[in-house]
Amino acid sequence: MINTTDLSKKYGGKMVLNIEALDIPKGQSFGLVGNNGAGKTTFFNLVLDLIQPTTGKILNNEIQVNISEEWKPFTSAFIDESFLIGYLTPEEYFDFIARLRGVNQVDLTAFLKQFEELFNDEILGQKKYLRDLSKGNQKKAGIVAALIGLPEVVILDEPFANLDPTTQIRLKKTLKNINAESNSTLLISSHDLGHITEVCERIVVLNKGEIIKDLKTSDETLKELEQFFAT
Amino acid sequence: MVSDFIRLEWKQFIRSSYWQKSVALNIFLVFIALYFILVFLGLGILLFPLLKDKMPDKDPFDTVNQFLFFWFLADLLVRFFFQKLPVMTVKPLLTLPVKKNKIVHYVLGKSVFSFFNFLPLFTVIPFGATLLYNGYDTMNIINWMVLLMIATQIINFLNFIIESKSAASDLSMLPILSLVGLLYFLNQFEIITLDTYIFMQVKWIISNSFLLLIPIGILALLYGINFKMLKNQLYLDQSLKSKVNEANASDLSWTNRFGKSAPFLQLDLRMLWRNKRPRSSVFIVLIGLFYGLFFYPNPLYQEMPAMYVFVGIFVTGIFLINFGQFIPAWDSGYYKLLMSQNIPYKDYLQSKYLLMASSAFLMFVLSIPYVYFGWKVLLIHFAAMIYNVGINTHVLLYAGSFNRKKINLSERAAFNYQGTGAVQWLVGIPLLLLPIGLFYLTYKLINFQSGIGLLVLLGILGFLFHEKLMKFITKKYIDNKHIMVSAFDQDN
Repeated sequence: MINTTDLSKKYGGKMVLNIEALDIPKGQSFGLVGNNGAGKTTFFNLVLDLIQPTTGKILNNEIQVNISEEWKPFTSAFIDESFLIGYLTPEEYFDFIARLRGVNQVDLTAFLKQFEELFNDEILGQKKYLRDLSKGNQKKAGIVAALIGLPEVVILDEPFANLDPTTQIRLKKTLKNINAESNSTLLISSHDLGHITEVCERIVVLNKGEIIKDLKTSDETLKELEQFFAT
Repeated sequence: MVSDFIRLEWKQFIRSSYWQKSVALNIFLVFIALYFILVFLGLGILLFPLLKDKMPDKDPFDTVNQFLFFWFLADLLVRFFFQKLPVMTVKPLLTLPVKKNKIVHYVLGKSVFSFFNFLPLFTVIPFGATLLYNGYDTMNIINWMVLLMIATQIINFLNFIIESKSAASDLSMLPILSLVGLLYFLNQFEIITLDTYIFMQVKWIISNSFLLLIPIGILALLYGINFKMLKNQLYLDQSLKSKVNEANASDLSWTNRFGKSAPFLQLDLRMLWRNKRPRSSVFIVLIGLFYGLFFYPNPLYQEMPAMYVFVGIFVTGIFLINFGQFIPAWDSGYYKLLMSQNIPYKDYLQSKYLLMASSAFLMFVLSIPYVYFGWKVLLIHFAAMIYNVGINTHVLLYAGSFNRKKINLSERAAFNYQGTGAVQWLVGIPLLLLPIGLFYLTYKLINFQSGIGLLVLLGILGFLFHEKLMKFITKKYIDNKHIMVSAFDQDN
């Protein structure tokens, strides 16, 4: 689904990302871990064509992202709060995204229904604007909005950060379900090794912009990762 | 401690990308300041001889004192609109070992040195000096100068009270306008002759230096009120945390008829209505509607239809200009979302176009009563509206692709320069000067009707080539996409 070749990004002569080749097949749940500054968000921004690569290219379903915009209909993302529109209520925000993705009202309502547990009565029907919600609730709204229309590629940057433990557990369940049921390709980054090994079938470790580990998740993976980051 | 505060603020000022990026704007503001200093200085020097010359039978000093009431009112009004509340980033300081009183005293003390407090001195001191030179009582005049300095500070702190009390409401201009209006009204119709009252009080106070304690007392009282207000706000749940408003949902399904642009149109309407800055620009529009009243009744402009074109473009285009010049910066807060979502640029821009075009039409309809000043006025407004819809909308959309400055939607609009760059100044030329110039030329060379005809024709041409123009503009936006994404990501 996502094919990366010779990708690099430099900021003022400093290499922040340098990936020779990275292929993420369709339907894979793909996890990205690494310390601060490892290049996780840079990679996601490149996939979304929010920044331009210094060299190389990314193909999303055979479409080169910085040339054509045709990848947009089947790709969605939640990177940070700037993906939210603060002056909308969550309902209006979902509605806006749904219209962009060609999902009608009825389907949207049915879709949101399955997140009732995740929302925990704090998102819908609150008569509050998104900007007035807590950070955690904003994040929930953003993540769910990214799932509307079940896009083939879903990119989530640090989805577990800022969430309370209950929501973290529920979110993990949701992501696994989505991946299993709709065969979406999930791209997730996280600092929480436990969560990401639980959700993702493949984990790539970035360090200073380079891939240093590419693991198929097994029972040993968490240990291996912990050991790696401890040293 | 105070020097630490000053150093902190200096760094905040000089390191903000806003300052660094808009040197031109800052230079411009410095020139404005210099200009006003010169004007006030000139006034201070020339006031005495001028008054002596124009009103030889009156004492210039008395004349000035009788005028003080209006001076104070004007000062209050100008300050409300131009002077910013003294602010400081206090949140990081709250948990540090700094006494709250100290922070508050510092913030208030800082405002004493505001430019607005120095400006009157440029008039007061030279005028006082000429009075002394002309043999007025030394003690009296010195008292007078001190009194005016104190009065300036009183107005300074009074303004903060009014401003912070009214800042919370939407119609933040209403309290000050009604207060000043009421005082002026009371005085004008001699219900309470405040100007004479102030005149008498000033005369009385300057007769004895000890009486200066009265204004000093008032000043201390106002300072105390300010102090208490500010200190109360130093809690996170007070002013530092923004107020939570209940969402007001309105039914915008009528926009659905606009097809693909509908979601963006709804977004824009909500953006305009739910955020402080764009909402206040909507109110500015209403004020702008009355702009014509400055010109049309004035016989001076009777024979200058080119001036009418200016008013026409301005009145029918005020929203268009106010809104259009900051496209797409209005959406800067969530630009990344728009750029990664399933959004064709064309539909996005088309909705902006629709909004601007319909606003021009609406403003034209609202301005129809100006027909009172003659059918020519209405004709000019109509031509200006067509020109606005056909040409100016596209010009603004095109100029928007050069916007690189983020806008914080929750700040107030009046005299807010955030998001203003060279683009906003340059775009004024084709926007206003071009139609005026074209009209003027045809009017002079041929006649009035052909001037109108030219504007209408140009507007219609723009309308006919709409699709082509939009294609060109869209391409411009796509080319600039990455630069805009990264620029809007930076805080000012």
